[in-house]
Amino acid sequence: MTEATYTDGNAMAGPLAELFSVDVSAAATTCAGCGRRSHVAQLHVYASGPGAVARCPGCQDPVLRYVRTPAAAILDLRGTVSLVIPLAASGT
Amino acid sequence: MALPWRVARLVARRDESATARTLVLHVDDWPGHLPGQHVDLRLTAEDGYSAQRSYSIASAADGDSLELTVQLLPTGEVSPFLVNDYAIGDPIELRGPIGGWFVWAPTDPRPVLLVGGGSGVVPLMAMLRTHRDIASRAPLRLVYSVRSPGDVVYVDELKPTEEVDVTLLYTRAAPPEWPRPAGRVTPVDLGPSDPRVRVYVCGPTGFVEAASRQLVALGYDERQIRTERFGPSGSQG
Repeated sequence: MTEATYTDGNAMAGPLAELFSVDVSAAATTCAGCGRRSHVAQLHVYASGPGAVARCPGCQDPVLRYVRTPAAAILDLRGTVSLVIPLAASGT
Repeated sequence: MALPWRVARLVARRDESATARTLVLHVDDWPGHLPGQHVDLRLTAEDGYSAQRSYSIASAADGDSLELTVQLLPTGEVSPFLVNDYAIGDPIELRGPIGGWFVWAPTDPRPVLLVGGGSGVVPLMAMLRTHRDIASRAPLRLVYSVRSPGDVVYVDELKPTEEVDVTLLYTRAAPPEWPRPAGRVTPVDLGPSDPRVRVYVCGPTGFVEAASRQLVALGYDERQIRTERFGPSGSQG
């Protein structure tokens, strides 16, 4: 294999649904490296290692890392400035 | 746990091609799904080893029933079991419906372009079937890129109608006298562009990247393009 291939953040939706009660793939992120805004579904996901690394489609910096062990879930969000999660407006 | 594993049972299956099979699953109290969503399936061996894969839902919402179309990858860990050995009545662990990004809202009146490569057509078929079931008036066009005529799935449902246009692209071998020579997707196949169109692209990563680049270059609005990439064929499955 010459170059690792990737899928995208749609593939993170299932694993992260174990932790969150909302769909994270539709959340908007801001890359801490370059400031580009993406939806989690648009991140490039490399999952050939023990966990998944979701990279910014612009600068390729890691935005989100996720590892599931038998006893814990480890979520590293240091590559994202914020996660903006769409919610149904209250009172509507 | 936010999204629990449920038990699904196989109630029927049908061959779609020599290597693809549709599994009709029944899940008690299935909450329903939107076209484009997927599920995770988990297989666990007696020694505790487990393998998990994501499969797009192929069917429109229909009570406690959902359909997955599984492409057999001979060296895969999961697809040979699902295609060859998974028997009617057998249980399987399933988690879903998953995903809120790569979904088509059935009430959306805007024109839709669906671009599928290989088994990337599966979630697009859920959109097409939903569009048909609710008699949506939104103009819908499906561009389906496939290796050869024998690889086409859902062949009986790919007939154009007043609202639905279907373009088949063969990449390796086209039927005799097919007007387009065999070859990968080109801008001619995806045009003419219209920035109002909502676009869904699904397929292997290389296909999705190529098609997305062409769509943007043609003048489609990048913000209206939603993509879903599969892993390289053969590496998982």
